[in-house]
Amino acid sequence: MNMRAAPIGLALLALLLVLLPFITPAYFLHLLIQALLWGFIYTAWALMGRFGLVSLGHGAFMGIGAYVPALLWNYQELTPWIGIPLGVALAVLLALAIGYPCFKLKVVGHYFALVTLALGQVVLLSIVAGRDVTGGSLGMTQKTVGHSWYALQFPQKGFFYAIALVVWVGGLVVWQSIEGGMRRDALEAISEDEEAAAALGIDVLREKLRVTVISAALTALGGGIFGQYLMYLNPETVSGIAVSLQIVFAAIAGGMYSLLGPSCGAVFTLALTEGLRVWFGTSFIGAANTIYGILLILFVIFMPRGIAGLIERAAGWRARLNAAALDRA
Amino acid sequence: MDIYLLEAVINGLLLGGVLALLALGLNLIFGVIDVVWIAYADLVMCGMYVVYWLHAGYGWPLPLAFFIAILTVAGLGVLVHLLIIAPILGSAPINQLLATGGLLYFLQSFATLLFGTEFRNIGVRLPIIELGDLFISFSRLIAFGVALVGAVALYLFLKRTYVGTAIRAIAQDRDVMGLMGVDQRTIYIATSAIGGALAGLGACLLALQYDVHPFIGNTFGPLVFMICVLGGLGNMIGGFIASFIISQIISIGGYYASTEWAYVLAFMLFIVLMFICPRGILAR
Repeated sequence: MNMRAAPIGLALLALLLVLLPFITPAYFLHLLIQALLWGFIYTAWALMGRFGLVSLGHGAFMGIGAYVPALLWNYQELTPWIGIPLGVALAVLLALAIGYPCFKLKVVGHYFALVTLALGQVVLLSIVAGRDVTGGSLGMTQKTVGHSWYALQFPQKGFFYAIALVVWVGGLVVWQSIEGGMRRDALEAISEDEEAAAALGIDVLREKLRVTVISAALTALGGGIFGQYLMYLNPETVSGIAVSLQIVFAAIAGGMYSLLGPSCGAVFTLALTEGLRVWFGTSFIGAANTIYGILLILFVIFMPRGIAGLIERAAGWRARLNAAALDRA
Repeated sequence: MDIYLLEAVINGLLLGGVLALLALGLNLIFGVIDVVWIAYADLVMCGMYVVYWLHAGYGWPLPLAFFIAILTVAGLGVLVHLLIIAPILGSAPINQLLATGGLLYFLQSFATLLFGTEFRNIGVRLPIIELGDLFISFSRLIAFGVALVGAVALYLFLKRTYVGTAIRAIAQDRDVMGLMGVDQRTIYIATSAIGGALAGLGACLLALQYDVHPFIGNTFGPLVFMICVLGGLGNMIGGFIASFIISQIISIGGYYASTEWAYVLAFMLFIVLMFICPRGILAR
């Protein structure tokens, strides 16, 4: 893509995204909303993942983000407009409580992954164990009041599409601001060699903590909106090891080093599961995830930069070919 | 002491045996190949299905079913190494962890596809021993005994045999051992086979106590990682002690509160201990 075509292409894409809810059937819209919200959450994860902070516990942040507003609404009739920020705040506190000692004591790599895995289990099992309040593994539904801005409940999917779109674009803006700024160099230096980065005068602890907190906050926000959209929460579907791994793998499959990579991962995994579901029918539960599992292994082995990485490489070749053609002319 | 509390302590002790066995297998792979097999507990699940099908499905005698299950999972271990780990041995360790995470997805969904999500029991009812007012499940006692024997056998194997010595040496310095004429690849394959066989043995012991279903790995898999790390990676004795600490917390915690809160406590303790002694409880 050359420099002049880029803004036009982006404008067309934006127009398409805005018009989509008016021209698509409800089922497709449902998929789109999920793709946007998951894309947002995967992007949030990749903010850490791309700098070598592989968290296997993002289900914890998503679960808190989803359950806090739902519980406050059901028991205190507190509007999600306050509930969701409270959930985000709690997730941030948790991220600080785990991140600070981890980074201070240089818990990295495997160990960091396993600590976050344990964190995910703590949140999941707390939700299950608190079944008197949370409904346990049976899940819970929010009290419905019909169309209401106060309760952030909309029977029409169009509203959620708009919300999901805004949130998703917001996530991309956050990504871009980290990617474009000085922080990126600092973070990349840290992920390459922490000691050397510290020797250069980079405040390693602070940089890692900042990106962790941002990532946790966005994930919790995504969880909160997901909860409002689905109107049903189950610990296994919004928290826990399965969700945490789903986040990690979709982000990797899509490509965690590119702006649109995690979103590619969301579209790819949704298309795969839905496609296989339609193809095989429901009699083959597990078929989709079986193929998904094989693909993940192949992705990690053969293309660690994911789908987006593949596209970028193809685009890179084309650019080089174009440049070569210009040289000859 | 309260009789039920005593029962909880004994049950915790017996549970610890099986956990210790699994932690040993994972620890061996961890220490030697420097890879976390996130799907380790799911290999155990495969083994449990083998036992289930051979014994309950085809009516094979239990010992034979156990033997085949151990061999199968050992073979799976070798396959995991050759197909998934070996191609990316050189890349960042976290990639290897993630690749076996893909394997976890695959095994769980494939099992769902083949067997459905029903809970299946091998239909072996072992007696319950009564000691006064105390009830102890015989299957747990067997599991504990076999796990101990397995651990001792592994210890002797590592200490007394040539291959065992080579495995221990590689765990200490992987580069130098190549110069000493030890073929790294063979040792890695042997280690993977032993790790798999231990998972298979664990599967046999767990099949006596629990119903098998595709997601059973999720219930004790994370625990086994915690135990490994708590004990210090590659530190077998540390792992052994850690598994009894964790199993006591779960058992006694389950007695005072609910099982889930006991697990929460165990995981929180793990996180805190990671901060206090990141290299394991036995590290100096």
